[in-house]
Amino acid sequence: MSKKEILTGAEALIRSLEMENVDVMFGLPGGCILPAYDPLLKSSIRHVLVRHEQGAGHMAQGYAHVTGRPGVAMVTSGPAATNMVTPLCDAFMDSIPMVCITGQVSTTAIGTDAFQECDTVGITRSVTKHNELVMRAQDIPMAIRQAFHIATTGRPGPVLVDLPKDVLQNTMEWHWPTDEDVQEALPGYRPITKGHPRMIKEAAKLLLSSEKPVLYLGGGVLKAHAAEAVRELAELLKIPVVTTLMARGAFPDDHELCYGMPGMHGTATAITAMQKADLLCALGARFDDRVTGKVSAFAPDAKIIHVDIDPAEQGKVRKPDVPIVGDCRLVVEEIVKAVKELLAEGEQQVDITPWRSRVNGWKEQFPLTYEPSEPGARLKPQFCLEKLRDAAPKNTILVAGVGQHQMWSSLFWKFNEPYSWVNSGGLGTMGFSVPAAIGAKAGRPDATVWAIDGDGCFQMTAQELVTATTEGIHVKIAILNNTYLGMVRQWQEMFYGERYSEVDLSGCPDFVKWAEAMGCVGIRVESPEEIDAAIEKANSINDRSVVVEFRVEEFEKVFPMVPAGASNDEVLLHPTQESRREFLK
Amino acid sequence: MLARVASLFARRGYNIYSLAVAPTEDENYSRITIVVDISATPLEQIVKQLFKLIDVVRITELDPRKSVERELMVATVRADGDQRARVIEVAGIFEAKILAVGADVLTISLDGEPQKLDDFEELLRGYGIVESQRTGRVALPKLEREARKGATKGKAS
Repeated sequence: MSKKEILTGAEALIRSLEMENVDVMFGLPGGCILPAYDPLLKSSIRHVLVRHEQGAGHMAQGYAHVTGRPGVAMVTSGPAATNMVTPLCDAFMDSIPMVCITGQVSTTAIGTDAFQECDTVGITRSVTKHNELVMRAQDIPMAIRQAFHIATTGRPGPVLVDLPKDVLQNTMEWHWPTDEDVQEALPGYRPITKGHPRMIKEAAKLLLSSEKPVLYLGGGVLKAHAAEAVRELAELLKIPVVTTLMARGAFPDDHELCYGMPGMHGTATAITAMQKADLLCALGARFDDRVTGKVSAFAPDAKIIHVDIDPAEQGKVRKPDVPIVGDCRLVVEEIVKAVKELLAEGEQQVDITPWRSRVNGWKEQFPLTYEPSEPGARLKPQFCLEKLRDAAPKNTILVAGVGQHQMWSSLFWKFNEPYSWVNSGGLGTMGFSVPAAIGAKAGRPDATVWAIDGDGCFQMTAQELVTATTEGIHVKIAILNNTYLGMVRQWQEMFYGERYSEVDLSGCPDFVKWAEAMGCVGIRVESPEEIDAAIEKANSINDRSVVVEFRVEEFEKVFPMVPAGASNDEVLLHPTQESRREFLK
Repeated sequence: MLARVASLFARRGYNIYSLAVAPTEDENYSRITIVVDISATPLEQIVKQLFKLIDVVRITELDPRKSVERELMVATVRADGDQRARVIEVAGIFEAKILAVGADVLTISLDGEPQKLDDFEELLRGYGIVESQRTGRVALPKLEREARKGATKGKAS
């Protein structure tokens, strides 16, 4: 007979996290979660003490983005839990695996407006894949097992476990549920991973018979670790590939079949290739409004193959001709097999060389472009990005916030490896960059992490650089300081008759002094002559975080742009390319 | 669980026409029967989004033509003077029950198919409804002809 082991709920929690192979977690203690912080002292889990709970959430996200493993954050009740809503919503929108533990007032006090009480489960219900309030210490191991299972299987997402203080203090008999126990306890959760063989065969036939196919890769390709399988498919059939904002790096930018990012600020080539295609093979993508533009005018001639692990995405925006519910990697591997079988049986792929040369023509005619800065004028942000890109050490992970700098980062950087790009796509959370960079570095300490940030975004979460310094997690931040809320300013310039309302951020703060106050090296770059040396210095520092402030041109606009609500055919090109527009067909 | 479903419908903008919820024959499960307005959103989308809720185990679409539906209504109606007899007559025709009698009102309950309740309600409106409450539709699939012969009590498939 095995000996009964009696643990407190708190000890059970920490042990459960260890059993789930958690190596690092991000958090901040408080009254209700206090019991959990005691056994943490003896745990193998590294705890990163943040300066704002929102930072813990974004760090957990950054960690998950680059490792594929669930990011873990632990915070207390009330205001700490509400501070997690933004990162949870962000993870929910971008399907990032994350487990968030929140403290809660004692079960006896719930519903009495107790100190630091809030209805965490109610508040986070719509921003989590699942959440649960645990009422008995005995249930903690199962709750944690379930949380990790739900967060990491099917379509990944954030799961929240709310733990009342008395539940953490009460004792329980330790047990660890088996995989079967977990399955049985979740009768309503059975993600489908294997694609339907008939649908796969249909997809294979369609791929061979389409004259103008495009592979439309979304974030799901990265979630499923499907980059290799997708590459095999693309190279087998020589199909042009586009990678969305969430999929950058899933297919190498340098590859001859890669045409970059589609969408509201995508490349003219990628946008047009999707519009003119007769087949869109959507892999792990969700036909987001930023990609489709006006839905009724999106890819009017295209048949759709839609591979996605979430059945609810099928037909949500556009009815697929071949819907395939399943894990992207498994399905693509089967599609490749099916295609090879058909080819072996004597089927031939239709000649797509005219299509390919048409798309290559666009790529030649409409490259990414910007006007170089005048001598003596402020630097161009795109120029700074190119310099950073060309000097970046091998194995660099790029992180961005939200706004113009994010679009330029995604467009101008060269992503040739998966999991080298971290950003907030669906929710578009300003301030994502700094904490996500720290989380990414914690997950991949061997990599160099460069975070591009806007001056607006930086001011939202900069305090986490204190965390980076005290915890020894060194990141490099490049602030593209145009003294404006750039993207908003661009819209006001283009659509509000240059009526600039509340977008001026000039005058303050001194980013270099601020960085130094937080224990980082602060560098300011104002002219082209300073840039190379500054970047080299930043890249050479490995014992502290570095913040490089690039003073850039205030009125630069991101091009191309598909105005909101417009058809992708109405894409606005860079002014210097507008005259050639007729060739974009 | 109910909160999750209601929350999902609210944030996705699906219109709930009526809702009934109670434990089932298996104490581990509860059944929610929802009448949903599908003019704005295709039923398929609603079903798929519901399945994403971890706690949802099974969803059955009940086509009114292929299911047995019932609803209960309780209404307090003006019934003074001559009207009383007429109200009682209408109630009798519909096989409704008189639950309470007041000086100039009657409280009536009727259970039956939703259509029957709609007709009854319309007639009562003519007399003046003081207050009324409907429960929300419950429904189960109609048994297949063959199954009806050998139908046994217990959990449906």
